[in-house]
Amino acid sequence: MSNRLLAHLGKAYLGLILFFLYAPILVMAAMSFNASEFYQLPFSFSTEWYERLWKNDEILEAAWRSVWIAVVVTVIATSLGTAASIALFRYEFPGKTVLQLLLFPPIAIPWLITGTAMLIFFFGIGLDRGTPAVIIGHAALALPYVIVVVTARLATFDRTLEEAARSLGASAWKVTMAVTVPWILPGIIAGGLFAFAVSFDQFVVSYFLSEPGDSTLPVLIYTSIRKGFTPEINAVSTIIIAVSMGIMLLAARYSNFGGEQ
Amino acid sequence: MSSLSARQDRIRAFTLLSPAYLWLTVAVFLPLSAMVFFSFLSDVPFGDREWHGTLENYQEFFQTSTYATLLWKSLKLGLMVTGISVLIGFPCAYVLAKVIKGRSREALFLLVILPFWSNSLVRIFSWAIVLRGNGVLDFAANAVLPWDVRINLMFSPTAIVIGLVHSYLPYVILTSYLALQAIDDSLIEAARSLGAKRRTILTRLILPLAAPGILAGAVLIFVPVVGSFMEPRLLGGRRGTYYGTVIEDQFVAVFNWPLGAALSFILLAVVLVILGAFSPILRRART
Repeated sequence: MSNRLLAHLGKAYLGLILFFLYAPILVMAAMSFNASEFYQLPFSFSTEWYERLWKNDEILEAAWRSVWIAVVVTVIATSLGTAASIALFRYEFPGKTVLQLLLFPPIAIPWLITGTAMLIFFFGIGLDRGTPAVIIGHAALALPYVIVVVTARLATFDRTLEEAARSLGASAWKVTMAVTVPWILPGIIAGGLFAFAVSFDQFVVSYFLSEPGDSTLPVLIYTSIRKGFTPEINAVSTIIIAVSMGIMLLAARYSNFGGEQ
Repeated sequence: MSSLSARQDRIRAFTLLSPAYLWLTVAVFLPLSAMVFFSFLSDVPFGDREWHGTLENYQEFFQTSTYATLLWKSLKLGLMVTGISVLIGFPCAYVLAKVIKGRSREALFLLVILPFWSNSLVRIFSWAIVLRGNGVLDFAANAVLPWDVRINLMFSPTAIVIGLVHSYLPYVILTSYLALQAIDDSLIEAARSLGAKRRTILTRLILPLAAPGILAGAVLIFVPVVGSFMEPRLLGGRRGTYYGTVIEDQFVAVFNWPLGAALSFILLAVVLVILGAFSPILRRART
């Protein structure tokens, strides 16, 4: 086979993979505009499910809760994570490698284990299930991502800039706020967007930590699917996937994620 | 003077680090320890419940074959999903890294990775819509084929595997792509000019160099699949009982938390052994 033919075959294969990845999402989105309640084809266009969504208080409430929880989680994870990244970048101290290794359990351990462990512990200390527990859990899951993204940005930072500012008499706090933070701002924004996505899309941990009747949007969707669902769930799912993909596209703009290393 | 500034540095580092690590301790490390503690209890130690320390929960795992069988079922599911993802994903990563040139590569790579960062529950739901009987697949097949076809893959092991591969495929594409990009094109060029066949280049040059990336992707897929419960529930229905769904049941349906904690801890031990065994490779693949 010639090289050109092989290259064409390769591109066709890539197209097939993209089809596999996007086709079900597109089908789901299309079905949210289909009039039939039982997903009957042929397709007839309707915006009925979105109109119903707008009047469904349970879904709207869960959506609003998901958004504000994600905002709170973003603020917490981004500020704590940025501070930790700067310390890990700037200082040498005993036990530093251990601290860096401790970032991996929250990412690598299956959420089922982390989620059930959180449920046991929060129940044991009397915090119980509910929104505060969800926020504490989400922020812990988002923190390592923020630290990884901000640390990657810090790697491009020239230390001598800090030294120069210091030798000119700036205090440590002023050096951080006026020199370091502006340089790593794209990393902080990307980390914040990751944190928002981790919380907004989080299902497993929310599922174990949220109180029935007080759940986030993914938990509500899960219980609705198991009870038997209507295209309303397609409508709200389509909105969710559009939001989370939009956020990740923004994050890609601010970090070199997706680009050359 | 220098020891003074070193002490100051240490205090500053501590101040900057402690909020983040305190948070992780309260939300992750203490809960994991609490889970281990619970797994040795006879009942939950809340209110006026009677409880004492026991090994019963672990005995239940080792004496009745139910849980061990399910763990084995989940491990097999993990192997299958990982194997399929590597077989499908590696060629895709190769095309991205070595065939496509220029600016379109970055955009295509982003397009492959994007679904991975979107809502996993919603993506599993989208397969429920596609795979259900009397749905899109039937409609498409009947539009093309002259005879009447009925396709209903929903609530089958196949559906679970399809959904999980869809969820985790981007992982192995990402790690393989990064490993392949690090291979210098001139190395391949040199092998070719020395008369190496395509297959020789692939098996003797590209695969060995990309192996850490492929393995890293495989581990990143295998671990969460073994602990999955939402995907088998939604796509497997009644046949979707796996190790993860049994743990879920202990916490949300049966309310046997100590048993659930023991089952979770056994899963954690399996996961840690796997991560530990592959950690040198994972570390190499990250740098």
